[in-house]
Amino acid sequence: MDVKAVVSRAEPLRQHLIDPEICIRCNTCEETCPSKAVSHDSRNYVVDATLCNYCNDCISPCPTGAIDNWRMVDKARPYTLTEQLAWDSLPPETPVDAGPTAELPAHIAEITAVASEGQGGTVLAPWSAAHPYVNLYTMQKPAVATVSGNYQLTAEDASCDIRHIVLDFGGVPMPVLEGQTIGIVPPGVGSEGRPHPVRLYSVASPRDGERPHYNNVSLTVKRVTEDHEGRPVRGIASNYLCDLNKGDRVNVVGPYGGTFLMPNHPGSSLFMVCTGTGSAPMRAMTERRRRRIALKEGGELMLFFGARCEAELPYFGPLMKLPKDFIDINFAFSRVPGKVKQYVQDRIRERSADVVRLLNDQNCYVYICGLKGMEQGVDEAFRVACREQGEDWGTLLPALRAQGRYHVETY
Amino acid sequence: MNIDYAEKIPNNVDLASNKTLQRALEHWQPEFLHWWDDMGPEGTSRTEIYLRTAVSVDPKGWAHFDYVRMPEYRWGIFLAPGEAERKVNFGAHKGEPAWQEVPGEYRSNLRRLIVTQGDTEPASVEQQRHLGLTCPSLYDLRNLFQVNVEEGRHLWAMVYLLQAYFGRDGREEAEALLERRSGDPDNPRILGAFNEPTPDWLSFFMFTYFTDRDGKYQLCSLAESGFDPLARTCRFMLTEEAHHMFVGESGISRVIQRTCEVMTTHKIDDPAKIRSLGAIDLPTIQRYLNFHFSVTMDLFGADVSSNAATFYSTGLKGRFDETKIEDDHLLTTASYPVLEVRDGILASVQAPALNALNEKLRDDYIRDAASGVERWNKVIEKAGVAFRLRVPHKAFHRRIGPLAAANIDPEGNVVSTEQWTANVERWLPSDTDRAFVASLMGRVVERGKFANWIAPPARGINNQAADFEYVRFN
Repeated sequence: MDVKAVVSRAEPLRQHLIDPEICIRCNTCEETCPSKAVSHDSRNYVVDATLCNYCNDCISPCPTGAIDNWRMVDKARPYTLTEQLAWDSLPPETPVDAGPTAELPAHIAEITAVASEGQGGTVLAPWSAAHPYVNLYTMQKPAVATVSGNYQLTAEDASCDIRHIVLDFGGVPMPVLEGQTIGIVPPGVGSEGRPHPVRLYSVASPRDGERPHYNNVSLTVKRVTEDHEGRPVRGIASNYLCDLNKGDRVNVVGPYGGTFLMPNHPGSSLFMVCTGTGSAPMRAMTERRRRRIALKEGGELMLFFGARCEAELPYFGPLMKLPKDFIDINFAFSRVPGKVKQYVQDRIRERSADVVRLLNDQNCYVYICGLKGMEQGVDEAFRVACREQGEDWGTLLPALRAQGRYHVETY
Repeated sequence: MNIDYAEKIPNNVDLASNKTLQRALEHWQPEFLHWWDDMGPEGTSRTEIYLRTAVSVDPKGWAHFDYVRMPEYRWGIFLAPGEAERKVNFGAHKGEPAWQEVPGEYRSNLRRLIVTQGDTEPASVEQQRHLGLTCPSLYDLRNLFQVNVEEGRHLWAMVYLLQAYFGRDGREEAEALLERRSGDPDNPRILGAFNEPTPDWLSFFMFTYFTDRDGKYQLCSLAESGFDPLARTCRFMLTEEAHHMFVGESGISRVIQRTCEVMTTHKIDDPAKIRSLGAIDLPTIQRYLNFHFSVTMDLFGADVSSNAATFYSTGLKGRFDETKIEDDHLLTTASYPVLEVRDGILASVQAPALNALNEKLRDDYIRDAASGVERWNKVIEKAGVAFRLRVPHKAFHRRIGPLAAANIDPEGNVVSTEQWTANVERWLPSDTDRAFVASLMGRVVERGKFANWIAPPARGINNQAADFEYVRFN
C-alpha cells in the first residue's frame, strides 16, 4: 500500500472549450467576451486558450450550455484554434473533464503532497516515461471494478495480513502505469455522517494488466489493525478491501500520479528501496521488466526490500524465483528470532560500491516507497555509501532530482 | 396606481427620474397586462415557471433563474452599455456622432422601423398561445414560456423607445401594438409570417429556428443604427433572441434524433411505418422546413427596395455586421446580384447595392440558417440514416416581391402552374401532414417524461437535469 505523488510533469491547464454539437452559433459568447478570446468561422465558435482569462462572463448568457465545457490539457499544448475549428464534436470525454471540478481533488493533492515530501519537492518524471492519464474517475463519477481475486500474501502464522487484490474493470477504461495509484472509496459513511475518505493504493501490476492484456489491476493491501504508534485501530478502507470476495463491486477513483513512473528506454536501470506494502510499485515495475526479458533491452534492477520476516514479506516467493542476472535482490528482516535486526539502510551501506555506481549512472532511476520512518535512514545510508566511495551525496541528490531520477513516496 | 415602477420594471434607463416616461408607462402597463391575460399563454396565470429574468445588462445579472408566475414577470427595459464617442457608421451621416435624440427629418421612418420590429413581438406570443396545452414535456413548456415572456420584454423595449422618444405619436403606436391581433383579418399584424398560425410544436420549433432568426438579422441591422438608443436596445435584445433560436434548433434536432432512433431500432424508412410508430418522418420535417423557410424569406421584404435604400443612406438601419464589412459604407456605386425570372428561368441580375439591401440581408440569413440545417444533418448522419435535409431555393414559394408572380420549385426551377399544383404536396406540408402532426400533440407534463415524437435534450436549462421541475402547476 502506498500513497503517491500527483504532480504532473506537464503543467496542467483547464482549457475552456465550446461543444460544437450543442452550440447554435448565436454569437452571444463572442459578443460578451471582454478579452476577445472567442472567435468563429463559418463552421465553429472557438476559444483561444491564450486569451481566455476565466472570467466566465460568457457562461450565463449562452442559451445552450455549449460554452460550459472544459478539458484538462498540457499547458504547453492546448487545443489550437485550428483544431477546434475542425471539430464536429468535443474530443473524447473523460468524466472528470466534463465539469469545472476537473482539477485534482484537494484531499488527493494533500495526501500526495505529504507522500512525496521525501524527494524534496516536485520532481520530473523520467524523460522516457509513458504519458500518464490522471483523474479520469472522480467521487461523483467513480469507475466500478469487480473483484476477480483476493489472495493472502503473508503466511497464516504471520503477525500481519497482506493481500494481493485483483480488480477487473471490464469495459471501463482504466489506463494505469506502474507507479501510479488508484483511490478506493469505501462504501457507507463515517460516524459524522460523511462519506469515508478516499484511500490511495499503488498498483502492483504492470500497465498491461495483472493478467497480461486483461483490463485488470492488482493492489497490495495490508489490513490495518493498529496505528503508527501501535494503538489498536481498524482501518476502514484496508479492512473493506481485505474482506472483499470475488465478484464484489468496488468504486474506484483516479488514476493519480504523474512523476513516480518508470523509464522506458532500453538500457535504463531501476534502483528500488521499499518496505512492506511499499513493494507494490516495485512489483509492478519489476513485473513490467520481467515480461520484457526476451527483448534483451539491458539495464539493471537492484532491489532493497525490508520486512519484519520472510513470512511478512509480500511476493517473497515469486521474487525468489527471478533470475539472479535479472534482478539484484537485497532483503532486510528486522524481526527474525535470534538474528540481528537488519534494515534496508544497513544493506545499502553493505552494497555501497554497487549502490554508488548506479546512483552515478545517468540511466539509473531511484524509487523509494514505504513507511515514512524509512526516509531519513535511507537518506543517511546514501550519504554514508557515497562517502565510502569518495562521492558527495549533498551534490549528487540535487542532480538526481533535476534529472527526474529520484522518486520518494512514503506514508 | 401606486406601483414602484423602478422596482417592478428592472431597468438601466433611470426610469425613476424620468417622470414623463413613468406616466406613459403607468398608462401602458395595465393595458399590456390586459393584453397578456387576453392573448398570452392560455390558462397559465397561476403557473410557476423556472424562468430567466434579466435584472441588469452585465453578463452576471441578466440571466437570473427562479420560479415566476408569468403575469408577475419583471419585464425590464435594458439598453446595452453605451459606447463612448459612438459614430454613425454608414450612409450620408457617416462619421457624425451617433444621435441620442430622434433627428426630426427621420422621425417617421424611424418610428416605422421600430413599430414594424415591435409588432412582431406580441404577434408571436399570440401565435403561440395555445401551444402550452400540447407541450411534449415540462422542459419544452418552460422553453415556450421563456420565449413568450422575452417576446413580451422585446415589446417593452420597443415601446420604451416609442414612448421615450416619439411623444404622442409614439404613445399611440404603443397602444396600437396591443390592439392588432395575429391572424385577425380586420386588424392583422404588420408582417405576413406573423399572421400564420403556429398550430403545433413542429411549427413552433421551425418558427423559432427560421423566423426568430430573421429577428436576429433585423435586430443586428438595427443594432448598427445611427440612433443610439435603438442600437443599444437591439444589441441587448439579441442576447435573448439567441435563446429563441436555441429552442428551435435543439427542438428540431431532438425531433430528428427521435425519428432516427425509431428508424434504426425498427430498421424502417417507410414514412407510413415511421408515422405508425408515432414519430415524424423526415420528408414531413423537410416539408415543414420548406414552408417556414420560404415564409421567412418574405420577411426580408422586396428584393429591390427603395425603402431599404433610404433607411440605409439616412443612417437608420445598417447591414448585418456593418462595422466589420470593409467598404465605403455608402454603397453609392456598388452593385449586388438579385434574382428575376427571365425567359422562363431564374437569372441573376445586378441591382444597385443600396436598393438590394434586403436581398443582402436575406443572403446573410440563408448562410446562417443553412449551416444549422447541416448540424441537423449531422444528427441524421450519426444515426446512420441516409437522408439529408436542405434549405429550399430562396425563390421558392415567395409571396412578396417580383418572384411571387412565378412558381418556383425548391431547386430553383421555374415551373408551370400545373407542375406546381401536381407537386405542391411533395414540397409543402399538406393538410394530411398537418393533421398527422397535430395528432401527435398530446400534453406531457409528468416530470422527466417526453412525448414519443421527441428526444430528451442533451442538457437541461441552467445546468439543471432534464427531469427538473421546470413548471409547477398550482
